[in-house]
Amino acid sequence: MDLQSLAVILDSALRLSVPLLCACLAGLWSEKSGVVDIGLEGKMLIAAFAAATGAHASGSALIGLMAGIGASVAFSLVHGFASISQRGNQIVSGVAINMLAAGLSAIVGNAWYGQGGRSPALEGQARFNDITLWGTETIAAVPVFGPLFREVVSGHALPAYLAFAAVPLTWFVLARTRFGLRLRAVGEKPAAVDTAGISVPLLRYAAVTICGVLCGIGGAYLAVAQAAAFLPNMTAGKGFIALAALIFAKWRAWPALGACLLFGLLDAGAIRLQGASLPVIGTVPVQAIQALPYVLTVILLAGFIGRAVPPAASGIPYVKER
Amino acid sequence: MSAPIELPRWADLALVPAISVAAAFVVAGLVVIGIGENPLTVTRILVTGSLGSADAIGFTLYYATNFIFTGLAVAVAFHAGLFNIGGEGQATLAGVGVSLACLNLPFLPAPLLIPAGILAGAAFGAVWAMIPGWLQATRGSHVVITTIMFNFIAATLIVYLLVNVIGRPGSMSPETSEFPVNAHIPTIRAVLGAFGIDQPSTPLNLSLLLALAAAFGVWLLIYRSRLGYAIRTVGAAPGAALYAGISPGRIVVVAMTISGALAGGLAVNELMGAQHRMVLGFTAGYGFVGIAVALMGRSHPAGIVLAALLFGALYQGGAELAFETPTITRDMVVVIGGVLILFAGALEGLFRRFVARSLAFAGRRVKEA
Amino acid sequence: MTPAIELAGIDKSFGAVHANRSVDLAVMPGSIHGIVGENGAGKSTLMSILYGFYEADAGEIRIGGKPVSIRSPADAIGHGIGMVHQHFMLVEPLTVLENVMLGAEGGALLKGGAGKARAELTRLSEAYGLAIDPDAVVGDLSVGLQQRVEILKALYRGAEILILDEPTAVLTPPEADALFALLAQLKAQGRTVIFITHKLREIMAITDRVSVMRRGEMVATLPTADTSPPALAELMVGRRVLLRVEKAPRAPGPPVLEAVGLDVVDAHGVKRLSDVSLTVHAGEIVGIAGVAGNGQSELLEVLAGLVQPSRGAIKVGGDLLPPHRRHPARLRELGLLHVPEDRLRMGLVPSFPAFESAALGFTGDPAFARKAPLGALFDRDAMVGHARALMDGFDVRPPDPWLRSSKFSGGNQQKLVLAREIERRPKVLLVGQPTRGVDIGAIEFIHRRLIALRDAGVGILLVSVELDEIMGLSDRILAMCGGRITGERRADATDAQDLGLLMGGVSEAA
Repeated sequence: MDLQSLAVILDSALRLSVPLLCACLAGLWSEKSGVVDIGLEGKMLIAAFAAATGAHASGSALIGLMAGIGASVAFSLVHGFASISQRGNQIVSGVAINMLAAGLSAIVGNAWYGQGGRSPALEGQARFNDITLWGTETIAAVPVFGPLFREVVSGHALPAYLAFAAVPLTWFVLARTRFGLRLRAVGEKPAAVDTAGISVPLLRYAAVTICGVLCGIGGAYLAVAQAAAFLPNMTAGKGFIALAALIFAKWRAWPALGACLLFGLLDAGAIRLQGASLPVIGTVPVQAIQALPYVLTVILLAGFIGRAVPPAASGIPYVKER
Repeated sequence: MSAPIELPRWADLALVPAISVAAAFVVAGLVVIGIGENPLTVTRILVTGSLGSADAIGFTLYYATNFIFTGLAVAVAFHAGLFNIGGEGQATLAGVGVSLACLNLPFLPAPLLIPAGILAGAAFGAVWAMIPGWLQATRGSHVVITTIMFNFIAATLIVYLLVNVIGRPGSMSPETSEFPVNAHIPTIRAVLGAFGIDQPSTPLNLSLLLALAAAFGVWLLIYRSRLGYAIRTVGAAPGAALYAGISPGRIVVVAMTISGALAGGLAVNELMGAQHRMVLGFTAGYGFVGIAVALMGRSHPAGIVLAALLFGALYQGGAELAFETPTITRDMVVVIGGVLILFAGALEGLFRRFVARSLAFAGRRVKEA
Repeated sequence: MTPAIELAGIDKSFGAVHANRSVDLAVMPGSIHGIVGENGAGKSTLMSILYGFYEADAGEIRIGGKPVSIRSPADAIGHGIGMVHQHFMLVEPLTVLENVMLGAEGGALLKGGAGKARAELTRLSEAYGLAIDPDAVVGDLSVGLQQRVEILKALYRGAEILILDEPTAVLTPPEADALFALLAQLKAQGRTVIFITHKLREIMAITDRVSVMRRGEMVATLPTADTSPPALAELMVGRRVLLRVEKAPRAPGPPVLEAVGLDVVDAHGVKRLSDVSLTVHAGEIVGIAGVAGNGQSELLEVLAGLVQPSRGAIKVGGDLLPPHRRHPARLRELGLLHVPEDRLRMGLVPSFPAFESAALGFTGDPAFARKAPLGALFDRDAMVGHARALMDGFDVRPPDPWLRSSKFSGGNQQKLVLAREIERRPKVLLVGQPTRGVDIGAIEFIHRRLIALRDAGVGILLVSVELDEIMGLSDRILAMCGGRITGERRADATDAQDLGLLMGGVSEAA
């Protein structure tokens, strides 16, 4: 494989991993605090819709991003209300969020734009354009690294860089700050946090809000950067692959980046490998590669390779013991 | 878990679901108003579109058949305290079983081939649900996550199979050849026609009777059999199950297996009853709406049949609606389903508390008067 | 001297349960104050109110003479109160340092506070001889070390008043001695310690004053020097109106249940039963006396086949049981039946109608099955009829087999469970807390039925935290403390004080 095709594959892997990464980190925040979220998919979808709508109406991609984040956070808070305040079943709530988002985005999209749920194409300032990183041209002269930097690292849209920046930020906040310490504690043992005089609901609401913001960025990236329009069900299961990546990363930020890049690479590779024949293995069905993240997750969850243990209190509403 | 809110039986079975439905319709009405349509007009179209003619009723019952199967599937798992989100994937695999049987045994006469297809569908669906159940029972991996993953694995597997293995040779579209005629489940129209009763042509077929029989069977199983007793004990009081000598792990596997077999009914109605071939994406979200159906029906087969009729009507009415008012699509049903799951499931406590308070208040007023 | 803490008229109810009734308590500064009482006496509730975990329905808290409002643990911490809970409030995957800092981080970034916290932790560990690695993950530490972290946590927050709830329940004797030394040291520095326990030896060993609680009330506060274990035992259990249960002299038959050297280790690796041996003969009632949480529950569970022992042997009807036969269903076939301690979690299924709960454990009875081709289905008429017969025989009210199990009163639920087990004609019956939450009338009824069963030749193992019940019903009594059997008495040759001492871990020799 020559450098150019390598660069193309890596670049597309990176692009494909952005929404995964956003949703994966979103899930990380939520589950670290003890709120299980299978509604990542729905939040990303409603965010994609709101972002496309906002960007189309205002002509500004940035306002689209804000709209996406707003919609996603609103859904997060519904999930938070059900899970934290009402101590409802978090799985049921997540399923509801996914269905609501799928239905609402399709209906409202169709009603407003009458194109079978699609939004009008976003053009010019209404779309996030690729950013050429400072210094790209200078480095371009360096053999191998230079062109790779130009093709792969540089030239992505703003939400993509936000997503990648969220990785060290997530790691730092969780590992190095007071808020992070409390958050890690509340997902493992809320009673310990409560007896230390800290509000359990407040921490969890903060976490689901951050979860909403990240899903919002992911959704906005899909509609306003990657596709330049909203398409019905455009998340196409990315929220669930993100969930798989989260389990794969064992609820840690840097491994989450690794898992999302790996799954992005699998996805990019699957597209390239369509019909191609590999040495030794022969023809690999593209579907096998697409299914790989899910299969690996099942194997991991079953403890056949390593052990993926979620935060101890995730999924369990906090009730003071009698 | 917080203490359950005790309500009288009638409130439990009728009032709480009714209020959830009412609240869901209010939300749906707001959406309708939000997109600039008149909710009354929409309601009229929905009602006439789903119940206004023999034709409409036929379609309504046809969709309801799907919802009965998927609702029962979710409910059986619920009784064992399990959340089977994998109805879509299980139905997809059931479709494979149905196709394999129908396409490979064309020499069988209809009275043999149809049961063979049904059994193959149920078996494939059952296995696809049993594996997550087994993984939870023996390896501790949570059935919710595993069934989600199995939905996606099924979705990719089916593309592969339709394109490379069981697809119609030479066809570009991902579907199988048409099933032999003796694998077609007779339509209600054909059956009634034999008695000289004329019916419009709809996809409604005898699978409806199979679904009703399945509902009756689930009722017998859950409320009248030893196995059902064990399933309910594991779901309601795991400690009591251990005390009674019931193995929770075995029950988890068995309940998931039954659940998956029931989800397979969706493939029977869709493929053997209506489409007469395997096509990509025939599950069309019925599996997820089944969660709403089970929650609405309080996991009781009778409630599930009623809830399935409601959703069948919404689905059919929604199609009419999409036809008459281009601004509204059938996705309205998904919204209503989502709101219902939220209200009848995740926010159940809110509604129960509200009902409990209202009843207490009404009780006081009656006493005073 | 002004008391460090004064509680005045503290009242707290949970639904129908009156956990604290107008409780007064004064704790002097610089002292170790013990609080003793049987289970359910209201000790933990009182301390949870002081720590702000619950709010009292009525009453006042004064610290250093000043009335204060403590509405959350944060308020309590602010007033210099620290608490070491019986179930540790530690986050297992976090390090010692992180656990200590939680809630007292000293800044938005951990970095600023961590250095100081580390230094302070080192200082505290050295000052009190509490060596610990600040970077160790708490989940990897032994239970004794985890408790050390809990204490360091409280000290780090500057606790002047330290509450310890049953701190020795999880400790080995040397660990307990080390704890006592630490408490003495804290006292020497002028700190105040409140020490909750049911072990009288510990009260005598380290406290200055002791308060006794019984059934939600504070019955006495005394200088420890002026009292003795027998006096405390009597205060704790109350002056007994001796429960008179008419019963014939015992006529024990052959052994029907024998256990030899049973050990049980729980999921956390804590040993819950140590070397327990006992024998129950046909036609006798063997009572297990003990404060709840001393291994009686585990004893019932292991004998009923619900948990497996890590060591030891069990014989039923003279046959040694291999592990695969120590299963509830197999044991039922051998005639070993079980009235479990926890009715609502185990004894019945709250959401089931009564007639279904009346079949729990016996759904395989052919009498409940329909005729041949429908054998997998229940004959509901038979089940309902069976439940109705049980309800008539045991006077369960209302005698409605269709009523939800959760809607019966505690006494009627218990009668239903007892009826179900007794009517199956057991050879051995394990009975846990037969009269917990049961009204007076039903208690008498239940006692008479158990005696009748014994007279009919059934061997009964009775576990109860009600000492009256144990003494009134049993032929022989075994006392348990800390997972061990601390002594055996004939029922007609012992009294409450004697048993109270054994239950408090004061050994035979004392």
